[in-house]
Amino acid sequence: MDLKDLYRDVILDHNKRPRNFGTLPPPAHEARGHNPLCGDQLTVYVELDGDVIRDLRFEGKGCAISVASASLMSEAVKGRSRADANALYEQVHDLLTRQDAPSPPSLGKLAALQGVREFPARVKCASLCWHTLNAALEGGVAPVSTE
Amino acid sequence: MAVAPRLAPPLDLERLRADFPILQQRVHGKPLVYLDNGASAQRPRAVLDAERRYGEQFHANVHRGVHWLSQQATDLFEGARERVRRFLNARSTKEIVFTRGTTESINLVAQSWGGVNLRPGDEIVISWLEHHANIVPWQLACERTGARLRVVPIDRRGELDLDAYRASLGERTRLVAMSHVSNALGTVMPVREIVAAARARGVPVLLDGAQAVPHLRVDVQALDCDFYAFSGHKLYGPTGIGVLYGREALLEAMPPWQGGGDMIRTVSFEGSTWNDLPYKFEAGTPNMTGAIGLAAAMDYVDGIGLERIGAWEHELLEYATAKLQAVPGLTIVGQARDKASLVSFVMDGVHPHDLGTILDQDGIAIRTGHHCAMPVMTFFDVPATARASFAFYNTRAEIDRLVAALHGAREMFG
Ligand SMILES: Cc1ncc(COP(=O)(O)O)c(C=O)c1O
Repeated sequence: MDLKDLYRDVILDHNKRPRNFGTLPPPAHEARGHNPLCGDQLTVYVELDGDVIRDLRFEGKGCAISVASASLMSEAVKGRSRADANALYEQVHDLLTRQDAPSPPSLGKLAALQGVREFPARVKCASLCWHTLNAALEGGVAPVSTE
Repeated sequence: MAVAPRLAPPLDLERLRADFPILQQRVHGKPLVYLDNGASAQRPRAVLDAERRYGEQFHANVHRGVHWLSQQATDLFEGARERVRRFLNARSTKEIVFTRGTTESINLVAQSWGGVNLRPGDEIVISWLEHHANIVPWQLACERTGARLRVVPIDRRGELDLDAYRASLGERTRLVAMSHVSNALGTVMPVREIVAAARARGVPVLLDGAQAVPHLRVDVQALDCDFYAFSGHKLYGPTGIGVLYGREALLEAMPPWQGGGDMIRTVSFEGSTWNDLPYKFEAGTPNMTGAIGLAAAMDYVDGIGLERIGAWEHELLEYATAKLQAVPGLTIVGQARDKASLVSFVMDGVHPHDLGTILDQDGIAIRTGHHCAMPVMTFFDVPATARASFAFYNTRAEIDRLVAALHGAREMFG
């Protein structure tokens, strides 16, 4: 295990300069996620155009992995259909949890999260934003918790 | 008067460290630097041996058998209770109740004492820096009884606002429940003043001593508190064992909180009568292994001397504080003038959780998170902190490694 494998340059960059950081006014969907273990808190805003995610913003406080993951996610799912976003999440989930998971080209920059699987305590940090996005898409009101 | 330069630390660290098998380990290929003692301290061989010896030679159920082993087990278990009494300088072993730990001790008081002493509108006074274990049991008691919590503020240093505390004591105050030492900030609370002010109004005081007993001599008679709770595993003892000290008159007047074997005198379907103290509060087969291990831990700690332990830990604290303050972007959270040997901190641009992972790769174990003290995090407006908590077996060289790793983290996140 190498720290540089977890904290790849892409991750450090997205942590320092998160993309799509901010809020969207209603009627954008919004959901809050919380990882009580490390105190990560995230709010995801999505603007839907029919079935397509037209815009996405997020804000909150968290560790580098959770911020970078949310930032990478925001870039990856913008302009995609809900079904596409879901499929992408399945791939990210595999990447984070399965040692033998491939890193298909469709993952794009999200592949930078591959190192996380060597650090089981950090998987929740990387997946928090996806759970929160899911809740926002479903229009859920109850905050999402990783615990 | 000339002060002689100190040539050696007051403790023979090399010899003491050899008593702790786990400290000889390597983690991720590096020698382990264990700085998470506030969460749980490591056990010396003397404790591990006492636990094993009990299992290999003396185990049977206690207080129940006429056979030899049961007598041995009972003697050892009751011997451990006497050891705890002596450690706390309680008047009697009737005042020493074995529990699973601090959390259970506080819950016992909240349920048993709270159940018969709290009425709607009554108040329990706690502080802003409490561990959840000294908040939630009282919230539950309030829900059941209609009593209310009053929370005494702290200041930016992490010290209790004593004036506010005194002002919070009123007609409706039924109990004061406070930490002796804060686990999130290290603050040593002004327990003398806390107890004196409550006493003047006839209000009983519970002290959460989980973080105090490993670092300073606790004498419950000198403290004059009514309840004192702590855990074995923070005192170099086993997990699953803890203590509730309670003033005999108070314990006597409290109803049992769990029913079962050992806590009764007679049982019939018309009703049951309770056993004497402390057994009234010890339903079921107790944790004998834990109690015996805890007694061994107390022997071990007293063998070194809490005064010497406290002195060395204080040196470590001062050394660490100076070194950490010099790390760019690092802020120490909790700067009480009287502090136990732990440092909570945050670093600009590097989240505590990332620090925890980065340090772990260097074999350095620290705690990151809210430390079961979410209100403290809210007060200082941080989502979490990193916390290095020191034991007497820690060295300056280990602190140097911590500091070097923090510099590394800063560079990486630059
Ligand atoms: C101040 C304080 N109180 C209570 C507790 C709870 O102790 P335990 O988990 O052993 O019951 C702790 C331990 O984390 C603590 O530091």
